[in-house]
Amino acid sequence: MKNEMSLEFSALSQNESFARVTVAAFIAQLDPTMDELTEIKTVVSEAVTNAIIHGYENNPNGIVYIQVSIEDSLIDITIKDSGKGIVDVEEARQPLFTTKPDLERSGMGFTIMENFMDEVEVLTQPGRGTEVKLRKHLNSSKMLCN
Amino acid sequence: MSLNIELETKKDVLLIRLSGELDHHTADTLREKATAIIEKNDIRHIVLNLEHLSFMDSSGLGVILGRYKQIKQVHGEMVVCAISPAIQRLFDMSGLFKIIKMEPTEEFALQRLGVA
Repeated sequence: MKNEMSLEFSALSQNESFARVTVAAFIAQLDPTMDELTEIKTVVSEAVTNAIIHGYENNPNGIVYIQVSIEDSLIDITIKDSGKGIVDVEEARQPLFTTKPDLERSGMGFTIMENFMDEVEVLTQPGRGTEVKLRKHLNSSKMLCN
Repeated sequence: MSLNIELETKKDVLLIRLSGELDHHTADTLREKATAIIEKNDIRHIVLNLEHLSFMDSSGLGVILGRYKQIKQVHGEMVVCAISPAIQRLFDMSGLFKIIKMEPTEEFALQRLGVA
């Protein structure tokens, strides 16, 4: 059975923790391992941080949207902003690449998402916003036993 | 959950103990506090104890790299200790272990820098 939830909140850094904990709580019903839960929390944190810092350039009037859908052991997460978009996605996804080294950004956000998830898709339009689609199959899912 | 930062100096070594969650929101406080004490106390080396850090993302990598660059200017070194497997994966992914050393415990880390 498919189960979905969505969330929207102001682009404020104090909401990063709220976002990852909320998504993790929703995923918890699939009985993931601690490692899988940590991976989900980390990628949500990465994408939400990107939306706040890069998408909205720390403008708190921006809204970050999260949609999560789970079905059996499959998790789909979409994290979206209506911010400035990414001019060169290819470049943005390179390990250690950052447009904001002065802010001590590590440039590892997309690399972490790619490592922790099965699929990462980035849809973006300069001036319109960015949508990051993340997909992961849980290995541990005990759904089959139920 | 937020981040709790404990700072202690031993000669020219700054010991930073972190507990809680290190993300973009909490990274700024860590940068400000650590930077101030590094400059004020002529710190050369840093020991970073991550034993009680329950969450970290790439913003954490950024602020750690920033402090490394700061002490590298005075030819110091950084030693990370008591790191969890989850956070170690982030360090491995970013290649930080090429420049930052790792020890299993705080005591070993302090010994390595001669202030145990």
